[in-house]
Amino acid sequence: MGENFEPKIVVFACNWCSYAGMDLAGTSRIQYPHNLKVIRLMCSGRINPVYILEAFANGADGVLVTGCHPGDCHYISGNYKTRKRVMLLERLLEQFGIEKGRLRLEWVSASEGEKFANIAKEFVEQIRKLGPNRIAEELRKEVAVV
Amino acid sequence: MVEGEEIRIGVYVCHCGINIASVVDVKKVVEEASKVPNVVVAKDYQFMCSQPGQNMIVEDIKQHNLNRVIVAACSPRMHEPTFQKAVERGGLNPYLFEMANIREHCSWVHEKEKAAATDKAIKLVKAAIAKARLLKPLKVEKVKVIPRALVIGGGIAGIRASLDIANAGFEVHLVETRPSIGGNMARLDKTFPTLDCSQCILTPLMVEVSKHPNVTLHTYTDVVGIDGSVGNFKVKLLKKPRYVDESKCTGCGTCVLKCPWTAPNEFDMGLGKRKAIYFEFPQAVPLIPVIDTGHCMYFQKGTCRACERFCPTKAIDFNQKPKEIELEVGAIILATGYGLYDVAKAMPEYGYRKYKDVITGLELERVVSATGPTKGHILRPSDGKEPKKVAIVLCVGSRDEKHLRFCCRFGCVAGIKHAYYVVSHIPDAEVYVCYRDIRTFGKGYEEFYERVRNYENVRFIRGSPMEILQDADGGIYFDVFDANTNRVVTLRPDLVVLETGIVPHPTFKEVAKVLKCAIGPDGFALELHPKLRPTETSVDGVFLAGAVQGPKDIPDTVAQAGAAASSAIALMSRGYVETVPYVSSVNEDLCSGCGICQPLCAFDAISLVKKEDGKEVAKVDVSKCKGCGVCAAACPSGAAQQLGFSDGQILEMVRTLAR
Repeated sequence: MGENFEPKIVVFACNWCSYAGMDLAGTSRIQYPHNLKVIRLMCSGRINPVYILEAFANGADGVLVTGCHPGDCHYISGNYKTRKRVMLLERLLEQFGIEKGRLRLEWVSASEGEKFANIAKEFVEQIRKLGPNRIAEELRKEVAVV
Repeated sequence: MVEGEEIRIGVYVCHCGINIASVVDVKKVVEEASKVPNVVVAKDYQFMCSQPGQNMIVEDIKQHNLNRVIVAACSPRMHEPTFQKAVERGGLNPYLFEMANIREHCSWVHEKEKAAATDKAIKLVKAAIAKARLLKPLKVEKVKVIPRALVIGGGIAGIRASLDIANAGFEVHLVETRPSIGGNMARLDKTFPTLDCSQCILTPLMVEVSKHPNVTLHTYTDVVGIDGSVGNFKVKLLKKPRYVDESKCTGCGTCVLKCPWTAPNEFDMGLGKRKAIYFEFPQAVPLIPVIDTGHCMYFQKGTCRACERFCPTKAIDFNQKPKEIELEVGAIILATGYGLYDVAKAMPEYGYRKYKDVITGLELERVVSATGPTKGHILRPSDGKEPKKVAIVLCVGSRDEKHLRFCCRFGCVAGIKHAYYVVSHIPDAEVYVCYRDIRTFGKGYEEFYERVRNYENVRFIRGSPMEILQDADGGIYFDVFDANTNRVVTLRPDLVVLETGIVPHPTFKEVAKVLKCAIGPDGFALELHPKLRPTETSVDGVFLAGAVQGPKDIPDTVAQAGAAASSAIALMSRGYVETVPYVSSVNEDLCSGCGICQPLCAFDAISLVKKEDGKEVAKVDVSKCKGCGVCAAACPSGAAQQLGFSDGQILEMVRTLAR
């Protein structure tokens, strides 16, 4: 940890609102940290909690889940399911030794490029404070022992 | 592609001129990509979307036997279809293609971090490669498009779009919430810069659209529900009761004459009075009156019924109920138009609604109109006298960080036209136009400005009033700093006209909500692309016409209405749409029949069926499945998978990006 720590952050985005909002940040040239890397899905409701666990197990320091605002889901209610799944998973993560704050859920609409950039900056700062996710390394050690 | 075939991937990194290449080291991305297993070809090119760029993919597929293609360039929302077509021309299934967004998500947002941006681009490409290995060919189905369109909003945009569609031979249903079509344009006296009489150019179109054999008009009707998707929308309309039987009414107007009760006239922006049973305006289409139950004595106190007694055709029906209408349409055009910014509430310093002689530009239009509250004479509201000194204030609420950040695009020329109204009606009047900048971009606008600017009694002051105040004797006055002369000028006008900013029509928000179409930061409908797809929305089959998309003058509105109509016509005359290939699919061998997925589906696409051996399994109706993947995310055994976004594919991306 220290000055050189560059958090690795996996972002999930729905195609209709959040991914479009991130595109807008791009076309508006709003700068944000390079640490976030986005996986595009059609709907945030596609996110199997296993993806988030897999990200942490493979070394991600943070996971950002984004979707349409409540009521705006392109598929009517996918984002409500996401909200439930993320809330439930947040409780489990702590039991796995993954600190609170490494997983975040945000609603980003197609017009909220600036909002996304602000979330990105904030989240990277938050993860910097938390430091590297140690779970991946521990898992690797355990696997080595087995 | 044959099962078990060797995976051969081609990776193409786009420079996008310098949009990508000035930040991302594209050569390094190519070099790193070429080291990844299964990558057979890796190249960079200045413009991958250009014809030579696309041809390169087509040729390489043949020459190198590629069976997966990756383009690292702009957003897939921009060029995915372009490259999928190129891949198809090369003889591959278009879904054996994956895109890495290294422009919007990389070079444009990390402009100053070249090394980090290059590393990120490499990662994004590697993630795309990881997913591509597991891609499978997908199939699209064709679904019929219902050859019927719905147009929401009966202003000039909706009328023009309806006529264009109807003239192309398709059926149109035009819905208007007010009792008459015509919209805001019907309120105008003249249109700039030609000074055509607004009614004279609008009413023939209103009549034409109402008489057109392909058009069904639904006035005094709201859209309450829209279901379905492109080609097959199910629409629910609610026709409000007029309390007048449309089949019997001849529009003679006896009821209006005999009605003893009055109310503020909405069409005249509240300036004049109308009866409790009223025509929206004299040229209303359809020419059928409406009873305003809030002001009708029969509805309020149970007595009167004068209209019923005098109606020669017995058309009054106090028992009329709201009527639900269901429609199936293939395309929808949104033409809900605009409303005025609430200056009374948001900008109390201008004293609108506080002082009678402060009016809006639209109110002045009604004052000047021959059918308006003063029969076309410019008289000020407070005492009915002719104003000799008139101040016109531009940019009221527009281009203002505290209010509306955008330009209303017609306020300047409308204000100039209003100055013309005043001097042409009252030749000895003085007019002061308080402006910030004059924007006369349209055809003939600058010439019109020059003409009015040269009138001796019209003066232009560069500045906005600080606060409009009232004297002890009731006169209004304000100070304005004139930036051209560096002086504060005090004006004591008899009448102030505010050219107010505009906002989306209040009905738009509801319609946008039922349609799930994206709204921009300014509150107007968000077009799919600001330049290349200005009439399309985020919802396929829903098009935009006029001020629903953003402030527009009449020429631009009419032009866009034509464009929206032609998009709808193109969709309907092609006759079919292709379904999304990203539907859910259940592996029956893995499915335990637990049924968790079934209630989660928002589209009722999943049912549990019994197989021959008695085992229950989930089955997806692909014609109903919209491809969200909610079921796949919930399946405990991994039996439900979303095609194109399978667990395996996404997990490969996750692993690549997390490391």
